[in-house]
Amino acid sequence: MNAFIDFIMGPMVWISAMVFISGLLFKFAAIIKEVREKEQYLLSYMTLKHSLRSICAWLIPFYPRSTRLRPVYYGVSYLFHILLFVLPVFLFSHIVLLDESLNLSWPSLHDRAADILTLVVILALVFFSLRRRLEPDVRFLTSAKDHLLILMVLLPFVTGFLAYHQVFLYEWMVMAHVLSGEILLMIIPFSRFSHMITAPLTRAYTGSEFGNVRHAKDW
Amino acid sequence: MNKNDAEIIEEATDEAVENGLERLTPERISQVINQVLHKETGARFKAYVETCMRCGLCSDACSYFLSNDRDPRFSPAAKVKQTIWEMLDKKGKVSKDFLRRAVHIAHLECNVCRRCSMYCPFGIDIAYMMLLVRRICHKLEITPQYIQDTVNSHSVTMNQMWVKEDEWIDTLQWQEEDGREEFENLRIPLDKQGADIMYSVIAPEPKFQAGLIYQAAVIMHAAGMNWTMPSRPGWDNSNMAMFTGDNEISGRIARTFFETAAKLNVKRIVMGECGHAFRSTYDVGNRQLAWTMAPIEVVHAIEFYHELLTSGRITIKEKFTKKVTLHDPCNVSRGRGLHDMARRIVAATCTDFAEMTPNREHNLCCGAGGGVINCGPPYKKERMRNNRAKAEQLAATGAEVLIAPCHNCHSGLEDIIHHYNLNMEVKFLGDILFETMEKKIYKPGE
Repeated sequence: MNAFIDFIMGPMVWISAMVFISGLLFKFAAIIKEVREKEQYLLSYMTLKHSLRSICAWLIPFYPRSTRLRPVYYGVSYLFHILLFVLPVFLFSHIVLLDESLNLSWPSLHDRAADILTLVVILALVFFSLRRRLEPDVRFLTSAKDHLLILMVLLPFVTGFLAYHQVFLYEWMVMAHVLSGEILLMIIPFSRFSHMITAPLTRAYTGSEFGNVRHAKDW
Repeated sequence: MNKNDAEIIEEATDEAVENGLERLTPERISQVINQVLHKETGARFKAYVETCMRCGLCSDACSYFLSNDRDPRFSPAAKVKQTIWEMLDKKGKVSKDFLRRAVHIAHLECNVCRRCSMYCPFGIDIAYMMLLVRRICHKLEITPQYIQDTVNSHSVTMNQMWVKEDEWIDTLQWQEEDGREEFENLRIPLDKQGADIMYSVIAPEPKFQAGLIYQAAVIMHAAGMNWTMPSRPGWDNSNMAMFTGDNEISGRIARTFFETAAKLNVKRIVMGECGHAFRSTYDVGNRQLAWTMAPIEVVHAIEFYHELLTSGRITIKEKFTKKVTLHDPCNVSRGRGLHDMARRIVAATCTDFAEMTPNREHNLCCGAGGGVINCGPPYKKERMRNNRAKAEQLAATGAEVLIAPCHNCHSGLEDIIHHYNLNMEVKFLGDILFETMEKKIYKPGE
C-alpha cells in the first residue's frame, strides 16, 4: 500500500502531466496532419486575422448575442473556466510542492481567497449538473457520460477543499485529491475535455469562413 | 428513460422515401453511412462531434426550436444527436424507421441557415452535419420526392424546372419585345461575346416570373450596361443538388454555369435576387470544382443595384412611400454580409423603413430555404407550423411591404403571410427599384 501511495504522490504526478501535455500536442498534430491529408482546402480559407477576430469576440464576456440570451449559464461558465486554470496554478500549496521539487515558484493566491474560489467552482459544477437535469433542451442532449465528466472535475476540487480544512480522514483526502487530479489531467486529451484545444480550432475555422469568405460576423 | 427520449415514430408521407427504404438492406445502410462518415469527412467532422459539450446554447438560434415552444427535439444539437451521433454509436447499423426520421430532420427540420454556428461558442457547423445526413440519404436513394425531381431536372436539362431550350430563348425574346414598348431600342442580348456582364437567373423566372427578366432588362438598358444572357444551358444559377447532397450533379451544374460564362468571355456574372443560387456559385459550387473562390466574379443583385445607385447610373425619380421592412436572406447576409448594402438601397428608394429584429447576420431564416420548401406540398402545413417565429417577427414590424431579396424567401414569406393573415405584400428590391427609378437612359456626364 505504501508503495502505491509513493507512486501516486511521486512519479505519477509527472506521468500524468506528461500524458496531459503530450496528449494535447499529439491531438493537435493529428488534426493538422489529417486536414492536410484529406481536406487541405480548408486551410486555404483560414486567415490569422479572422481566426483571432472570432476567438477574441467570443472571449469578451457577454459580447456575442448567444451569451446574452443565456446570461446566467454563460456567466457561471465563464467564471468557472477562468478558475479552473487560476486555482490549481496559483494555489499556495501547489506552488510550495513545485518549489520543493523543481525550485520553481511564483506569487500565489491568498489561502482564504483560494478557499472561497474553490467553493465557487464546486457550486458552478453543481449548477451545471442541475441545469443538465432541469433545462429541457439540455436534458435532451445529456447522457450519463456528461454527468460522469462533471464528476471527474468535481472530485479534485471537493477532495482538495476537504483536505485543506482537514475535516476528516486527512491523509486519505490528500491521496484522493492527488489521484483524482491526475486522472482528470490524463483524460483531458482523450475525452470531450479536449475542447481545450479543439474549440479554438473550430472557432478559428468558422471565424475564417464567416470573416474571410462570407464577410459577416459570427458572434 | 426520460420522456423526451421516447422514440418518435415518423409517418410515412413521402412516396420516394418509402420506395427507397423498401429497397434498402441492412448491409447497404451501414456501408453507405460508414463510407460517408469516415471516408468523405476528416478532422473537421471529428472535431465537431468531439468538441460539442451538449451545452444547448445553440437552441436559441434555431427558428424551429423557437416556433415549437422550445421543444428540445428541435434544438440544433438535438438534430445531430438524433442523426449523426446515433449513426456513429451504432456504427451505421440503424433501422429503416431511424432513417425515415433522419430524412425528415435533415430535409424538413433544418434550413441549413448556419445561424446556429453563430450561437455555438465553439462555432460548430451543424448545417454541415445536416448536409452530411442529406448526403447519406442521397446515397441511400431516400431523398424526398419533390426536391429529387428538381435534381433530376438539373441532371437532364441543367436547369431546375425542366425548361426546354426553345422555351428559354422564346421567353427572353418575348420579354425583350415587351420591353421595347418602354424603351424602343431595348435588347436582351443573347450570347454576346466579351460583354461586361453575364446576367443569370434561376429557372422559376422564365417558368412563371418572366416579368422579373423584363425588369432586369429595363434596369440594364437604362443603366447603359454592356450585358448578355446565355442562350445555352448554364443560364440557370440555381442548384438543388447542393441541398440533397448530390455533390456530383451539384459540381456538374456549377461547371456548366462557369463554363458558359467563360465561353462568353464576360468580365463578371451578375445574378438576380436569389440566395441559394448565390451560395451555390459564390461559396459551394466553386469548391466542388476545386476553385478556392469563384473563377469569375459573381455579383448578387443587391451589390449590383447598390453599384448602379452609387455610380449614378440609375437615379430615383420618386421614393416609395409605403412602410417597408427588410428581410435579410441567410445566404446573402450570413453568407455574404450584404445586409448593410441592402439597407442603403432601401434608404435610397423608400421613405418609411421599419427594422425587423433581430436582423442582419442574426435574422431568422424565412423557413423555406435550404431546400425545405422544395420538398413540396406534402410538407407545407408542417412548414407553416415551423415558421411561427418568423411570422411573429414579421408582424412586429407593422410594415405594409416586406422586401425580400431572395426567391426562396419570397415564396416562403408569401406562404407565411397568407397562413398567418399578416396583410403584407412581398416585393423584391428590384421591384422597388423598378418602380422608383428614373426611366431614362444613362449618359455619362449628364
